[in-house]
Amino acid sequence: MMRALTAFLLTIALTVAALAVAVDEKPLEDPAKEAMARELMKELRCVVCQNQSIEDSNADIARDLRQIVRERIAMGDTPDNVKAYLVDRYGDYVLLEPPLKPTTYFLWGSPFIFLGFVVYMVLRSRKKPVAPAPLSAEEQAELDTILGKREDDA
Amino acid sequence: MIAELGHFATILALVLALLGATVPHVGIARGDSRLMAVADNAAIGQFLMAIIAFGALMYSYIISDFSVYAVAANSHSAKPMLYKIAGVWGNHEGSLLLWILMLTLFAAALSLKGRKLPQRFRTRVIAVQSALVVGFLLFILFTSNPFVRLDPAPFEGNGLNPLLQDPGLAFHPPMLYLGYVGLSVAFSFAVAALIEGEVTPLWARWVRPWTLVAWMFLTAGIILGSWWAYYELGWGGWWFWDPAENASFMPWLVATALLHSAIVVEKRDALKSWTILLSIVAFSFSLLGTFLVRSGVITSVHAFANDPARGVFILGFLVVVIGGALTLYAWRAPKLTPGGLFGLVSRESALVLNNILLSTFAGVVLVGTLYPLVLEATGSGQISVGAPFFDFGAIVLMSPLIVALGFGPLLAWKRGRLPRAATTLLPALVVALVVGLFTYWQTAGGVVMTAFGLLLATWLLASVAMEIAERTQLFKNPAGFLRRLRHLPRASWGMSLAHSGVAVLLFGITISEAWTEEKLVIMQRGDTAEVGDYSVRFDGVAPVTGPNYTAIQGHFYASPKSGGADIMLEPQDRLYTDPVMNTTEAAIHSMLSGDLYAVIGEAAGGGRWSVRLYFKPFVVGLWLGAAMMVLGGLLSLSDRRLRVGAPKAKKLSAEA
Amino acid sequence: MQRFAPLIIVLALAGLFFMMMTQEGRNPNEIKSVMIGKPAPAFSIPGLEADAPGLTDADLRTGEPVLVNFFASWCVPCRAEHESLMALAREHGATVIGIAYKDTPDRSLAFLDELGNPFAKTGADLDGRVAIDWGVTGVPETFLVDGSGTIVYRHWGPIVGDGLEAQVLPALEALK
Repeated sequence: MMRALTAFLLTIALTVAALAVAVDEKPLEDPAKEAMARELMKELRCVVCQNQSIEDSNADIARDLRQIVRERIAMGDTPDNVKAYLVDRYGDYVLLEPPLKPTTYFLWGSPFIFLGFVVYMVLRSRKKPVAPAPLSAEEQAELDTILGKREDDA
Repeated sequence: MIAELGHFATILALVLALLGATVPHVGIARGDSRLMAVADNAAIGQFLMAIIAFGALMYSYIISDFSVYAVAANSHSAKPMLYKIAGVWGNHEGSLLLWILMLTLFAAALSLKGRKLPQRFRTRVIAVQSALVVGFLLFILFTSNPFVRLDPAPFEGNGLNPLLQDPGLAFHPPMLYLGYVGLSVAFSFAVAALIEGEVTPLWARWVRPWTLVAWMFLTAGIILGSWWAYYELGWGGWWFWDPAENASFMPWLVATALLHSAIVVEKRDALKSWTILLSIVAFSFSLLGTFLVRSGVITSVHAFANDPARGVFILGFLVVVIGGALTLYAWRAPKLTPGGLFGLVSRESALVLNNILLSTFAGVVLVGTLYPLVLEATGSGQISVGAPFFDFGAIVLMSPLIVALGFGPLLAWKRGRLPRAATTLLPALVVALVVGLFTYWQTAGGVVMTAFGLLLATWLLASVAMEIAERTQLFKNPAGFLRRLRHLPRASWGMSLAHSGVAVLLFGITISEAWTEEKLVIMQRGDTAEVGDYSVRFDGVAPVTGPNYTAIQGHFYASPKSGGADIMLEPQDRLYTDPVMNTTEAAIHSMLSGDLYAVIGEAAGGGRWSVRLYFKPFVVGLWLGAAMMVLGGLLSLSDRRLRVGAPKAKKLSAEA
Repeated sequence: MQRFAPLIIVLALAGLFFMMMTQEGRNPNEIKSVMIGKPAPAFSIPGLEADAPGLTDADLRTGEPVLVNFFASWCVPCRAEHESLMALAREHGATVIGIAYKDTPDRSLAFLDELGNPFAKTGADLDGRVAIDWGVTGVPETFLVDGSGTIVYRHWGPIVGDGLEAQVLPALEALK
């Protein structure tokens, strides 16, 4: 029991300690570069947090990574250079936008694949000849009462 | 003693639930109405036992009885009373008990409010509901018993995560759970219908109000969670596509689809098999969400303690419940007679399109949420699937939905006429295009999505207005307009309000995303910074003390450039003691035009402080839009046609 | 057939969940290192003692396998794994190099004085940049570098429990 307890507290400490906001760094002098850096920070995942970008995290390492992003942007790196730099060290995991590659084709294609599949199913089921369900007089009467006179008020 | 009472009540509830899940089916088979009546009595008995159990746990929290494990692990004597109470469900065990309480609540409500359902069918439904209760009670008793005693009892509890010490905790989880658990009713209705082998328009009529109730709570719960994140986490975000958020969003999408497809079943006796499937899937997504946050299989901000034993148990339960229902579906669905035909352009088709897009999006969110796990399992590397992917899915799938949303209500059942609807909607289209193009031109072609979002939102709002105008013959026959407006059924007002809510929400999202201004500055007393149309002056910091924290509080005065009174903003940087943790309390001043949002950070030395200031235009639109959706649901629900157990129900069901 | 589709999807997902949940030693928070198989990044940092020579990547290319441990005196799990590092150095004859992550040298030295010093060489990564070059997400992390300076294994988190016997030692053994 106590072990579960400790594990639980540890989880809490690890997961939420990083949630508080960070407002501690000096922005870059050049507003255009600062904006570029900030935009980039939103696309990079904090490596010790849950689903947070480094921009949103107060974790120590996120702060260091923000620093690196600012430095490299100041040095004239493009956002893609900076991303490549971090991917070299931490893998695709740091990118909140999964890169398009064979393993992610299905992911990126999923909206279209699913949509195509469902539309195909619907159209196929429409082609099937369906006998209109005959209503008994009784049923018809019931339905009429239920539906009332109005048919257009859904 | 009280904790033991709670434990005992839990066990008794299990016994009652077991009886309620089995005996009624025997009753139906034998045609013995006394045995069938066990369903009702067991449902009410379970509910009373769950109240006792939950009350016992809450009492243990209130008196800070640290010999009870759950209390010691999650509470603290110095905690304010509100959080002692709300803390009951701020952890795995307590929230599970809350879940059970609600599940039994719905079973009891079915038994009390569903008197007008045919007895045989109602019995089936309640028995299925009881079976769900059995599963959760076994789960809590065998893996997560909150009433376990600690010996020796600690002198003090571990305290509640400070981020949870917020009024949000008092409302967000119960609302969300009412939504999750409310979907179990639709599930039980679907399973009962499959057992009975028949789905009728009446079935849809019965299931819709329950689904609507669940949907309203789910909507309210999700938006409360968003609002909580928005002000508590202190970075001004309100939706992060975190797995736990997705877990609440997927059932919402499916429940929304279900609400609409049930209309088709009710009105046209079509889409029956599909609607049954949606009923099962909606609750399955609720269960999946519970599984994801409790099993530790995926990391998430909201995750409870990771415990594989619990995970395996709940997974087994999931397979039994969902797998069982889907097996029943695969077996019985072909028996459901296909119903009314409809043309490619018709109200039915519009609702089918709604269903296709909503369920596809739910599927896409599921894929996005689980994709990293799949890649990990197949050894294909680790990736993160974040907002860019989900935003992409939302744009691809939700934009056509909103376009169709304008047309749908104007199309007739069976065979609608697109040109006619298009003519009616022409003004809406013109207004939307003007707004879209104007925005595009204004932002100098900056962000296309901003113009597109505004175009869609305007289109939706305008087409809802045109629909009301059409229905009340505003242009054809203006004389009787007001009278006809008054006589529109409440369900129709509900629909219009909910659809406008979507538009307002979309305005909120688009505008706040596009024109948020953010300032990250280092300030000392007397400094001013400009954000939005405000000039914000920093007036230093002062220490403040709370019941279980100390804080640094910054003082800011924002003066509108257009003149007017200063707005005081007092953000805090809190240090909680039990457990020790730093939290940021943003100061937010909400106005219709936008929110002023201030966060105080660390001392930068020499009396200087780092400060984050935001002006977020029309964030209110988010809360307002969601509130409109919920109110729309409420209006619909109050329409007498939708009440549970319509007067004619009894007679018809006698044939069933 | 299509009526079985939902059931099949659910069972497949359940299988996936079961597999991942029961996987031995899986931590959903762990980020797998992408440095394995790559040469150790170039670096040059001062040693912990004022008079000690600095630490560079050349120290990892001695022809002998080397363990590189990132630690800090403020890190609680580091304390927990220290015993394992001592055992590696004393009992198993491994060369362990310690890099103090974002820590003042005097505190790091005090930490080693208190718990014993398993390190053949030490370096001070004052701003944490070396750790980032290695793809470290937090301390402690331990890398195994072969004699030619290529990273062959990474241990995420503290070496505790059976981590030493079941993971680190076999990885070390495989190099010999």
